[in-house]
Amino acid sequence: MASAADVARQEEGRKIRSRWLLSAPALVIVFIAAIGPLLVMLAYSFMAKADYGDVKFGQFSLDGWFSVILQRDIFDDTLTLADAHLSIVWRSIRLSVITTFATLALGFPTAYFIATRPRHTREVWVFLVTIPFWTNLLIRTFAMQQVIRNEGILNSLLIWLGVIKEPLQIMYTDWAILFGMVYVYLPLMVLPLYASLEKLDFRLIEAGYDLYAGRLAVLRRIILPLVKPGIVAGSILVFIPSLGAYVIPRVLGGGKNLMLGNLIELQFGAGRNWPLGAALSITLMALVMVAMLFYVRNAARSGGGHG
Amino acid sequence: MARARFDVRSQPGFGTIALFTFVVLYLPIITLVAYAFNASESLTAWGGFSLHWFGEAARNTAVQDAAWRSLVIALSAASVAAVAATMAAIATTRTAAYRGLGFKYAFINLPLMVPEIVTAVALLIVFARVKVWTGYSGLGYLILAHTAFCIPFAYLPIRARLEGMDEALERAAADLYAPPWQVFRRVTLPLLRPGIIAGFMLAFVISLDDVVISEFVKSGGQDTLPTYMLGQLRRTVTPEVNAIAAAFLALSVVLVTIFFFINRKKT
Repeated sequence: MASAADVARQEEGRKIRSRWLLSAPALVIVFIAAIGPLLVMLAYSFMAKADYGDVKFGQFSLDGWFSVILQRDIFDDTLTLADAHLSIVWRSIRLSVITTFATLALGFPTAYFIATRPRHTREVWVFLVTIPFWTNLLIRTFAMQQVIRNEGILNSLLIWLGVIKEPLQIMYTDWAILFGMVYVYLPLMVLPLYASLEKLDFRLIEAGYDLYAGRLAVLRRIILPLVKPGIVAGSILVFIPSLGAYVIPRVLGGGKNLMLGNLIELQFGAGRNWPLGAALSITLMALVMVAMLFYVRNAARSGGGHG
Repeated sequence: MARARFDVRSQPGFGTIALFTFVVLYLPIITLVAYAFNASESLTAWGGFSLHWFGEAARNTAVQDAAWRSLVIALSAASVAAVAATMAAIATTRTAAYRGLGFKYAFINLPLMVPEIVTAVALLIVFARVKVWTGYSGLGYLILAHTAFCIPFAYLPIRARLEGMDEALERAAADLYAPPWQVFRRVTLPLLRPGIIAGFMLAFVISLDDVVISEFVKSGGQDTLPTYMLGQLRRTVTPEVNAIAAAFLALSVVLVTIFFFINRKKT
């Protein structure tokens, strides 16, 4: 005779099995076409490169990882730092940081503006931010290209205003990438900021003014600390895709102003150095993980709560 | 009252910056769409209003093929993703914590954390080898890749919907001797439908929009609409690309608007 506890345990075991069965299709697909390939890539980064792309299967080599930071001189075999790679990594980080701050500078007042509208019109403003957010990234990049190119609206406007005489060469510079990334990722900053500003208790601000705080003090001492979770979330949502940007620098930066994403592509195309490409990809993932850890630690510290 | 004149909510300059932001958000899109209606060949001079470039794009067989391919991939990927995500959501919500629950959650959402370019080259590596082994180079690779990154997007709204559902209704049905399958079909599924539709649409839009993964996974002659446009951007651009982009944009706006209203009705 099985006791009631046994029956319950059997029932529980059956439930857990059926739950694994139910989640199996999703898990298998994600494994085959996302996680598995990432593991294969990790393995590839430790293999020797073959002459025409691909790798010498199963032949262990650390060359891929070495080439991320070092390069061997073809004449005298001396090792030097791979300036080209490091400068691209540095450009990716620098442009992503600037993008994050620029979107914050534009996004915070915008989110604040939306959060202080009357309740029924807020939804419309949020919708206006959502539309560009859902518009194809390539189309938005292309749209930015048409604004900043030499004959584009921006240059025409500046010439018409008499600010400049000759069109500014913005396309194919770091500025173009920056404009593109700020434009494309701006909604990713505004939306989480709005989510936390919407919950802001304006009585606290009133209390601040009652206690003779100036506008700046209220902003700095009351508003900013309260919406910090939103600022951190928005920053991470902008920083991470900026770091891995591929389409924007390809279209706006031209062939010379590469970011990490383009450097990776190069290794699988003309560079024919798959292990290096794999090692660079894992470097990019590691950078993303560091940013993510920073976010998790910050989110934990601010406790996710207000007041 | 002196108080009424002083708005505690206002911060100087914020309104101006907000206005500037909205101009920045919309000016490029509006420019892009406007030039799609340009009669002239160039992207610089305005030659009058015309639908010429839309006609040109619609007659272009390469565009037709790419649009058709995009649609097939998005429909297949979103359907499979919606089904797989629904099953996974049922297995991972409204249950006491069990071993493997957190693992499943992390596993399903992992594609969201990895930069697209990294997933793209990883798929390139693997599929290149599989293509040699099997000799198959059809649309299957694109559909599989799209399904994988669509699953987390489909999973989120379905899970959210499921979490808000009252289990008492299903228990009542079971009490009335409905077998599990009937409980699922007659009670759970109808209640879950808005979540599944939202998940499907989200996945559909995400798949339709994808550039990076498609660009690396596609075999020769398998352009989707976005990769076709990316290829065109390398050459001298005519307003034809604007016309394609404008049509694409219109489709996205319609889908997002529907999505917005479906989600609003729920609350």
